[in-house]
This record gives sequence, structure tokens and C-alpha cells, in this order.
Amino acid sequence: MSVSRTSHLKRLEAESIHIIREVAAEFRNPVMLYSIGKDSSVMLHLAMKAFYPSRPPFPLMHVDTTWKFREMIKFRDDTVKRLGLDLIVHTNQEGKAQNINPFDHGSAYYTHVMKTEALKEALTLHGFDAAFGGARRDEEKSRAKERVFSFRNANHVWDPKNQRPELWNIYNARIAKGESIRVFPLSNWTELDIWQYIMSEEIPIVPLYYAAERPVVERDGMLIMVDDDRMELRPDEKPEMRLVRFRTLGCYPLTGAIESPADDLAGIVKEMLIARTSERQGRLIDHDDSASMEKKKREGYF
Amino acid sequence: MMDTPNTSSNDEALELTGEAFEEYLQRQENKSLLRILTCGSVDDGKSTLIGRLLYDTKLIFEDQLAALERDSKRHGTVGEDIDFALLVDGLEAEREQGITIDVAYRFFTTDRRKFIVADTPGHEQYTRNMATGASNSDVAVLLVDARNGIATQTRRHAFIVSLLGIRHVVLAVNKIDLVNFDEAVFKKICKDFRAFADSFDFDSIVEIPISARFGDNVMTRSERTPWYTGSALLDHLESVEVENDLAASPFRMFVQWVNRPNLDFRGFSGTIASGRIRPGDEVVAALSGRKSRVKRLVTMDGDLIEAGPGDAITVELEDEIDISRGEMLAGADARPDVSDQFAAHLIWMSDAPLYPGRPYLIKQGTRTVTATITDIKHKIDVNNFDHLAAKTLDLNEIAFANLSLSEPIAFDPYEVNRDTGSFVLIDRLTNATVAAGLVWFGLRRATNIHWQALDLDKSARGIHKGQKPTILWFTGLSGSGKSTIANMVEKRLHAMGRHTYVLDGDNVRHGLNRDLGFTDADRVENIRRVAEVAKLFVDAGEIVLVSFISPFRSERRMARDIVEEGEFIEVYVDTPIEVCRERDPKGLYKKADEGKIKNFTGIDSPYEPPETAELHLDTTKADPAELAEVIIAELKARGVLL
Ligand SMILES: Nc1nc2c(ncn2[C@@H]2O[C@H](COP(=O)(O)OP(=O)(O)O)[C@@H](O)[C@H]2O)c(=O)[nH]1
Ligand SMILES: [Mg+2]
Repeated sequence: MSVSRTSHLKRLEAESIHIIREVAAEFRNPVMLYSIGKDSSVMLHLAMKAFYPSRPPFPLMHVDTTWKFREMIKFRDDTVKRLGLDLIVHTNQEGKAQNINPFDHGSAYYTHVMKTEALKEALTLHGFDAAFGGARRDEEKSRAKERVFSFRNANHVWDPKNQRPELWNIYNARIAKGESIRVFPLSNWTELDIWQYIMSEEIPIVPLYYAAERPVVERDGMLIMVDDDRMELRPDEKPEMRLVRFRTLGCYPLTGAIESPADDLAGIVKEMLIARTSERQGRLIDHDDSASMEKKKREGYF
Repeated sequence: MMDTPNTSSNDEALELTGEAFEEYLQRQENKSLLRILTCGSVDDGKSTLIGRLLYDTKLIFEDQLAALERDSKRHGTVGEDIDFALLVDGLEAEREQGITIDVAYRFFTTDRRKFIVADTPGHEQYTRNMATGASNSDVAVLLVDARNGIATQTRRHAFIVSLLGIRHVVLAVNKIDLVNFDEAVFKKICKDFRAFADSFDFDSIVEIPISARFGDNVMTRSERTPWYTGSALLDHLESVEVENDLAASPFRMFVQWVNRPNLDFRGFSGTIASGRIRPGDEVVAALSGRKSRVKRLVTMDGDLIEAGPGDAITVELEDEIDISRGEMLAGADARPDVSDQFAAHLIWMSDAPLYPGRPYLIKQGTRTVTATITDIKHKIDVNNFDHLAAKTLDLNEIAFANLSLSEPIAFDPYEVNRDTGSFVLIDRLTNATVAAGLVWFGLRRATNIHWQALDLDKSARGIHKGQKPTILWFTGLSGSGKSTIANMVEKRLHAMGRHTYVLDGDNVRHGLNRDLGFTDADRVENIRRVAEVAKLFVDAGEIVLVSFISPFRSERRMARDIVEEGEFIEVYVDTPIEVCRERDPKGLYKKADEGKIKNFTGIDSPYEPPETAELHLDTTKADPAELAEVIIAELKARGVLL
């Protein structure tokens, strides 16, 4: 189905394209962080539009924790092939060698090593001076405070108490060597905007967002999908097939599914409109405490 | 006590199927968007109000609500109740201190409109964050604590709001519950506000008595203020008309990026600031003055037959004209100002003061050039809006000033066009955004001014003298040995038949810079003049030896930047202050130590040593003659001596 595009989404689209073009014009070596989820899909689509008929003048980068859903990896590879883009895949080799995983090491430590540290390592390794991320201000209260151009010092640290003023649509892209800017072109989009845009632009998304019968276990109050045989089952756990889908996507052992019959975009949007919990509810790592996202961001998490 | 709130009800959507559901989504899509900010003094209830709006429009999810209840127990300022401010004060430091430090952007939707709300901080210290939130807003909700009345920050924020071109203001007299819902208190505050705000020429000022904490007159009219007959806040925000005539204004688009996928296509990508455009329209590249016609308006969704304000497009022109990022495409019949000098309002946002004469970067649209403030006309006292004389500006001060740029830019007055009349200033060393600026008017048209093409250029003059014109810039403490070494180098060069001149602190200060003292501002101007004179000597083909303490990195940087790359050699004459004090050739340290000289470098005025000088001379390790030889060798190595 397709809903014709009108004013609100068009305005958001144009604002994002403006931001993406500024980055391409002002930075020496930008990269687009591509996490394969719905927000990344929208961000990538906007990048394609921003430079048409040219291709985006920067590569995509995926920080692969090795624990992503298999369908995500397939979708990622299909997408870059379809669009003819360059993709860098980075995994924290030390963490991989030590087999750092969400089961034995806990979600917080695992996330720190395989996501935050891996990301910083990759940015430093390639000398990227700007990195796009698909975060939105409506996701979480410390994100609501973040600038579109978010300055990071040479250690990738965010200083929320001392952000650069950011007026009108003028973005200060000046940095010293080693410093960098994280750029959030979707800052002013809401979850509903994202879905409506995906619908009207017919943007492909990972099938995991649609309901299907999938093998899951109930663990710590969440429905965890058994995506491969690395998942160690606890004695009382027995995978069963249930009709589920995902509101956000991440590492499969840390991402909760919801029971839902929504197998098309209209169904997803309807469920969203009456949702009583935020999408972050489905992410294990965000639960720790109210200030945890800010803390992670200050350490260099996206 | 109150009627039921008119929140957006999503439940109806569930019943819909197929086309009806699409229509429902379409309606959501077509809602207009209003961007608002809350501002006013600390603790007047800004964050509480936003939290209340989010809560009452049912935009808080269950898991967020649970977190809010937990947080309220831990950090709350209202006892056992829910502290709505914690919904927006999202930073750890904010929650711990119970204040707002930076602007939070939140989103909510009602049946009639979509809203983006910027909750801004009230502390004077964080004024720049308030300005950040205000710069993109259509309506300002200015809060006042009913118990305290108008505060200095209320005035400051009202002024900034008006300066930034926000035409609609709500005066929300908050905490009306704490003054017994007393009409007289409300009336008095409204009167006090009008007394100064009427002169700001807002298109609308709507006064509403509210209680952010308990919700009176926020979503619906409260029975506890029966004397109030106006709308509830939300009602007003849903219906206030914010006109904008950008579509009818002349066409303006900054070129962001030149789109060149192959040799057959050359497009100019950018966002339209104002006006409408169609294929066939005549446009002009404002800076170069070259004209062409629009051939195509290219987007990934197909070519457009027309584009308007806010659209991000790629323009292909009929003619091959040279256009790069920073150029502005404009309607050929209504061109912008093009000038390298203009008058503007500045909001200063840096802890380091503004000094006239010091070079900053200016970013306006997509163009970045160098700018200096040539003259602060006046600064504005936010208490009574009086104009005060000023030589410098401190953090959060607002001034009207003249700026001079290294190259012309294309602009309109801010009043006419926010996008083409706004700019920021950036510090060249720290890269911090130090000011927001709003163009008032151009000071002279640079459009027709061209440099007189000179037949003889500096390299021709230099070759004649067997040299590449160069500045040798000696920096170091008083008594470090700058003049001694510079004089020796000059003698050696003279003996080699080269043409030189020495500019020395002492000789220049007695003549050209006689009017300058030793305050930071005067030191900046001192160096600016010397650098300009040195540049003229370079133009004349000379090797100029400049020996000035020049304590500030940014001024040395400026001197470096006004000549071409490779024409500037910085020589750091490094002598520890104890050694200088011992030498004390002019007895100055003695006087400074006795307090007879103020602002003496190294004593009560800072010296910032070079980080990247071409030459670093340690005078404790070699005598001046040896050091002079080091410099001569360097000049040979660099090809300065042909
Ligand atoms: N009684 C009462 N207290 C309020 C009202 N609005 C805010 N407050 C309290 O005033 C204090 C400061 O509020 P806050 O929203 O943080 O102020 P801000 O600095 O303007 O954002 C908090 O303790 C609030 O609970 C109100 O309408 N009535
Ligand atoms: Mg506040």
C-alpha cells in the first residue's frame, strides 16, 4: 500500500537531507553508521535522495557484535548490493577472541566491549571525522537533549553540560585533529513518522518487524528468540513457536519480541498508535537505570 | 474540577480498515506543525509545564511513567507527588541539581496540531542554550512565577525572543495556585509585562494564569480562575496562526553541494530558503553576478515542476557557470545584498570576551569566511533596554556592531529572511561557536568594487631583490631577546644585499599605535595593525622582521592568515621569565613587580606560548649571534633567499 507524501513528512525529509548534505560538504572523511534497523533504513534512504543522481559520497559502517539476528545480516548484505554502496563491517577482534557474549558476561559489559568500544575502535581506525547515527530525540530523555551535530573529543566523549550552541539550520562542523562529530539527521522524527515514511516511500525493512511464527523462550520477563544454537537454554526453558514481531532490532539475546498478529505496515502502525510502552522497553540494555543511556553516550555509545 | 482533556484519541484508528485507515493516517500527516519554546526565569515552572503537557496529552508510556515515579521519589522537588519536570530534565546533572541546563526537544500531537516543544534553561549562565531553542520556534511561552513577578531573566528572554523574530508570545503567569488564584496578582504582572513588551512589536501577546503543577488552564479552563475568560493554553497553541510569507518572497537558495556524478551532469544541491522556482526561471549566482536559467529541478522521485521554501532540491542550469559551495542562487530580478561589511546584532556565547579586531570565522548559509568586529556600536542593558557604550562583550551580552569580512557574502536583513540573515561566529582556535548574529543591514555594496589590477606583483618585486617576501615574526616575553636577535638577522641580511625592514614594539607604539594601551582589547588591535603593516611590506617585496611580545595565539594566527601560506615564519624566542627578570634591560620587571605597570605580560597578563612555531629558539643554550645564524640557515632552506 502507499500513502501519498504530504507536508509533514516532506518537511522532515528536507530537513534531514539538508543535514546530510552539510556533512558531506564540510567533513573530510564521514561515515554512516548503519545498524540495519528501521531508523537506519530511513536514514539510508534519505542519503540516497540527498545526493541523487550521485551516490552518497561516504561508506556505510556496521559494528557487528556477531550476535545480530541472521535475517539482519542477510538484509544488510542484500541492501548494500542492491544500492551499490561500500560497507565496512567492524567487529572488536579482542572481544571476539575472548568470546565476550551476552550470556556469560552480562548485557552491560558485553554491550560496552562489543558495541561502544568496537565503535570507538572502528572510528579511530578509519580516521572518520563525522559519523551519522539514526537516533531520534523522541526515543529517550538524554537524546532529547542532544544536538544534531554532537561534538566528541578525541576520546569520543560527549560532554552534555557543554554542548555547542546550535541555532537555525547552521551547523558548526569545525573540529581539531582527532575530534569528531556525531550527526543525527533524524533528530526531529518520531517513531510514528518513521513508520509512516517507510509506508509512503515503500522502504524495504528487515522481515523481523513483521509478525511470524518464531521460536522464542520467556526469559526475565521478555520473549527472546532462539536465533541460532549458540543460545544456551536454561533448564526450565523450552523454545516454542509463537506469533511475534520486533519493535526494535539489536542483538538477538537482548531484544524482546512482542506477541502480535501485525504482518503488514498498516498493522504495525495501528499497534504503535495504541502502544502503552515505549519501544525501548524491548531493549534489555536500556533498563538498567534512568541515567544509563546518558552514561553510555558519554562513554562513546551512539 | 476540570473538564475532560481533549487529547488525541487513537482508539478510533483501530476500528478502521483499508482506505479509511489510510485516510486517518493522511489526516495525521496533514496536521500543521507548531514549534514552541518555554522560557523565563529559573524555577518559574517551564519544565513542569512541558511535562504536564506530555502527561495530559497521554504521551507518556507506561515504562516511562514507572521510571518517572521512581525518579520523583529520588530527585523530586514536590514531596510524594510526581515531579513533571523530571520528564524533560533528562541529564544526570539536571536531575541531581533540580535545574535545566540544556534545551530538551519534545514532541506531542493533539487532534488539531503537531508540536515540537523546546524546554529551555532559565539560568543566565545557559542563555545560549535558550537562544538555541528559540532560534527555530514560532511561538514563545514565557513563564513568570506569580509570587515573584517579572524577573531580569523574563526581560532578557522576552528581548531575545523578539530579537530572534518570534512574533507570538504567551505570557503564562504560573503557580497561580500559590497566590490563591488571585486576579489582582495576575493583572499586575500582565501590566508590568506590557509596560516593556509593547515596544517589542509582537503580533500577539496572550496572557494566561496557569498552574503547571496542578494543570489549571493548561489543557482546559479551570474553575478555580472563574475571572479568567480567555482560552486554556493548549487551546490557544492549537489555534494561534503563525503566518509566513516565505513562498511569496524572492527566491533564495544557498548552494550546499555541487552534484557531479559524471561529466554530463552538474547540479547544485541546496535547501530553498524562500521563494518558489520553476524550470525556465532566470536565476543569478549572487556573489559572481552570473545569470542563467533553471533547466531542471532534480530529485530522486523525478523532476519537479515547481519547488518552494524548505524543499531540498538539486538545480540544473541551462549554462555552464562556475558555482561552488557557499554561493547563493537568487531570483535575477530581486537580488540579495552582497557586501563584505554589515551591521548586525550579536548574542555573545563564549566565556572568552569578544574583542573588536580579533578575527573569527563567520558561517552564514553554507559560506564560511573570516570576520572581524570593527566597531561595537552599543550593547544592550537587559533590565531597561538602554544602549551602553562598550569596548568588549562578555558571555550572554547582546550588542549591535559592525562587521568586516575577508570576502563578500550574499544576505538579506534577518527581519526579511531568517535563513539568509542569520550567522554564527566561530573561534578559530577552539572551534567553539562564540556568537549568534542577525544581520540588520549592509554597510556598503561590494558588488561593483574590484581590486585595481596591479601590474607589478610582490613576487616580481621580490625576485628583483633576490628574495621571497616573508614575515619573520618574533614572539616571546619582554626581555627574552627578540629585538637583539632580530637586529642581528637584519644586519646579516643587509650584508648579503637583501631588502629588509624591522617593525619593533617600541618604534610602532610611539607612532602608529600611540593611541593604544595594554588592555587585552588594545593588545589585539595593536597586533592587528602591525600585521597589516607587515603585509604591506610583504607586498612591497621585503623581508619584514616583526618583533612583538604578541602574547595571544589567536592574534599570531591572524597575522599568519592574512598573508599567503609560506610567507609567515613564526620564531619563538623562548626565555624563562626568571632569566628575563634578571636581564631586565629596561627595568620593566622591577616596575611591574612593584605594581607600577599594570597588565604586564608574564606577571598579571598571560603569555600563550606557540604550539607550532616554525622556529623555537632557546636563548639559555646559545648566544644571539648563533641564533641569528640558525634563522639565516632556515631562510635558505625555505628558499626565502634566492
Ligand atoms: N505550586 C506550584 N508549583 C509549581 C508550579 N509549577 C512549577 N512548580 C514547582 O516549581 C519548581 C520549579 O519548577 P521547574 O519546572 O523545574 O522550573 P523551571 O526552572 O522553570 O523549569 C518545581 O518544584 C515545581 O514543582 C505550579 O504551577 N504550582
Ligand atoms: Mg527547567
